[in-house]
Amino acid sequence: MELIFSQLLDGLSIGSVLLLAATGLAIVFGLMGVINLAHGELMMIGAYVTYVTQNLFRPMGEGIFELYFLFALVFAFFITGIVGVILERTLIRQLYGRPLETLLATWGVSLVLIQFIRSVSTSMTIGIVVAVVLGFLAQRFAPKKLKQASFYPYLSGLAWLVSAVIGFLAITALSGSKFLSKPWFGPRNIDVTAPKWLQGSWGSIAGIELPGIRIFIILLSALLLAFVAWFLTKSVWGLRIRSVTQNRQMSNCLGIPTDNVDSITFGIGSGLAGVAGAAITLLGSVGPNLGAAYIVSCFMVIVLGGVGNLVGTVIASMMLGIIQSIIGSGAILIAFPEIPNPSRAVIEFFATTSMSYVLIFIFIIGFLQFKPTGMFPQKGRSVES
Amino acid sequence: MKLFKKLIPWLLLAFAFFVLPAILSQFRLNLFGRYFSLAIVALGIDLIWGYTGLLSLGQGIFFALGGYAIGMHLLLVTQNDFTTGANGLPKFFENYGVDNLPFFWQPFWSFPWTLIAIWLIPAIVAGLVGYLIFRNRIKGVYFSIITQASLMVFYHFFNGQQKLVNGTNGLKTSTTEIFGMVVGSDDAQIVFYRITLILLPFAYLLCKFLTSGRFGDALIGIRDDEARLRFTGFNPVPFKVIVYLVAGGLAGISGALYTIQSGIVSPQYMAIPMSIEMVIWVAVGGRGTLIGPIIGAVLVNYLRSLVSEALPEAWLFVQGGLFIFVVVLMPDGIYGWFKNGGFMSMLAAFGLAKKSATYPKVDMDEGYAAES
Repeated sequence: MELIFSQLLDGLSIGSVLLLAATGLAIVFGLMGVINLAHGELMMIGAYVTYVTQNLFRPMGEGIFELYFLFALVFAFFITGIVGVILERTLIRQLYGRPLETLLATWGVSLVLIQFIRSVSTSMTIGIVVAVVLGFLAQRFAPKKLKQASFYPYLSGLAWLVSAVIGFLAITALSGSKFLSKPWFGPRNIDVTAPKWLQGSWGSIAGIELPGIRIFIILLSALLLAFVAWFLTKSVWGLRIRSVTQNRQMSNCLGIPTDNVDSITFGIGSGLAGVAGAAITLLGSVGPNLGAAYIVSCFMVIVLGGVGNLVGTVIASMMLGIIQSIIGSGAILIAFPEIPNPSRAVIEFFATTSMSYVLIFIFIIGFLQFKPTGMFPQKGRSVES
Repeated sequence: MKLFKKLIPWLLLAFAFFVLPAILSQFRLNLFGRYFSLAIVALGIDLIWGYTGLLSLGQGIFFALGGYAIGMHLLLVTQNDFTTGANGLPKFFENYGVDNLPFFWQPFWSFPWTLIAIWLIPAIVAGLVGYLIFRNRIKGVYFSIITQASLMVFYHFFNGQQKLVNGTNGLKTSTTEIFGMVVGSDDAQIVFYRITLILLPFAYLLCKFLTSGRFGDALIGIRDDEARLRFTGFNPVPFKVIVYLVAGGLAGISGALYTIQSGIVSPQYMAIPMSIEMVIWVAVGGRGTLIGPIIGAVLVNYLRSLVSEALPEAWLFVQGGLFIFVVVLMPDGIYGWFKNGGFMSMLAAFGLAKKSATYPKVDMDEGYAAES
């Protein structure tokens, strides 16, 4: 029984991480109909922000270092949020109303982000800055006459290409120096040490230890969920976000700045992914491929829970987390050794992490046969819904 | 001129069939054989995405299933020291202590059955998955997510089942023999290259047959406005299931050809990136056209070989950049860009060609331009 309980706790904490990540994905999807395949990579950025924060706080002495994780959460939220806003302003906005294309473009973004984290070094940063600055200068100082010419779009594309090549040359030129071209993170996994107050147990209930990290993650996601719920239902911007989600054109007519609403929503969704990434660092070492492990589970949560409904997201993510930890670890077999043989064989078959995915998928496909739009579908009268 | 345009693809095909083996090294030729086999799966994706509007991110399942079918047959019929264990079965079974061949592998002793299974099994799986999804009117992004999830399920399943399919290691075919030839040998590879080039036009013609005529019209109707099609009395489900099934079968053939040319089939073929890349080949080449996917598959993969040979680290940047570029600025892909006049309008912008005729009003009326 104790085993089941501790596995349940495990499941809840896995579910909480999923919840953090999926909430961001769900509000973005609900608002713009966009599936952001780079969401997992935003989580990865959050994890790396945590790692950098840890390294920055380490020289500051024991007392302050203990608090680094709280700062890391804040940094992770804002930095990934800013990355998200930049992504929305430059790319996603171009693809408005073409959800399938957005899906592919964000996949491209995720590839670039993964390779960026793997090979980013001082020389590469310099090269990128050079390229971006040159590109902007070329656009800014192009003569007005030229800008009106019919071939200007092609010319500006060419200017970007040339500045990219110059940036690439700069990287190659600087790569001679060992110091500048040393990768900051490299392709290997990084480790984050949890502060002391998170390690170990936080007391026990009925003889069952409560591991600090797990409890902290559950509390964190509950807190953030409460914040998101408050933000969406009580704040002015939340009202605007909900109205744009329901009817974009009507909101636009009534003077709601839909552009800004898009940016803010995307920023918050990305920020939540960042926090989820920070939380994942507590569970084990993380690497550039972190995103891939979580993204599909996040999608499953959305499919199961229905779009734009926080309650559905909570239930779905907890369900997935618990199935994964209780069935996947085989804890049921150990806790109830007297299960009769046929069902025992079935449970044994699914009692690995990878096979528990199979079970979850069968479950979801079965569920969708009865409720094709998830647990809490959005009500509407359009033909499409 | 029109006839000439129609002949170009066939001339290129003949060129690839007769001339390329003479001028390319064995290594390159083998790579090109792989690209052409990938073009077949791209054709299938174009059928479901370009014509029917269903973006499947799970074609890797059917691709790998075809590969596993041929891989297991080769391992079974080959009896040599490299591949066969003491009990007459492929060696990996011995390592996991399996003495009897699992029942579903039994038919794969037979060559004719294998040839059928390569496309039949993926098609049946695709039809089943498709039916369960389409029957509930799940579509758009949801369809993409669910196909991706099913891909991950198959990936985990094949990774986890060492006793049935050798888990992560997959099935190695390069040391097996077929008709007295070692599969990995140069002679056999040239034969496979030619077989690929013979099957590719058949796949093309099949897609052409399906997309022209009333069936093709229904597919395009589903893509453009499914609700309207439903209201006019069509049931879109059978159309979608059939087209998804055909795409699955094509993916299976493609996977089998790819497997014998690359020498291995492993669950990596079902990894998530592989399937999305397949979609990207179609996007780069030009979806909604049948030549586009072939161009895309060959071009992107050739580019990948070139870039990763020169600068391995840069490939993901190039690939990611290419996706973003094509999706944002060239939504019709390369072939579509040429076909829909993108190239001509670029020339026209530089004053190198005559502007194509547009509605004169929009061009000349400055008041209209300022308002919009």
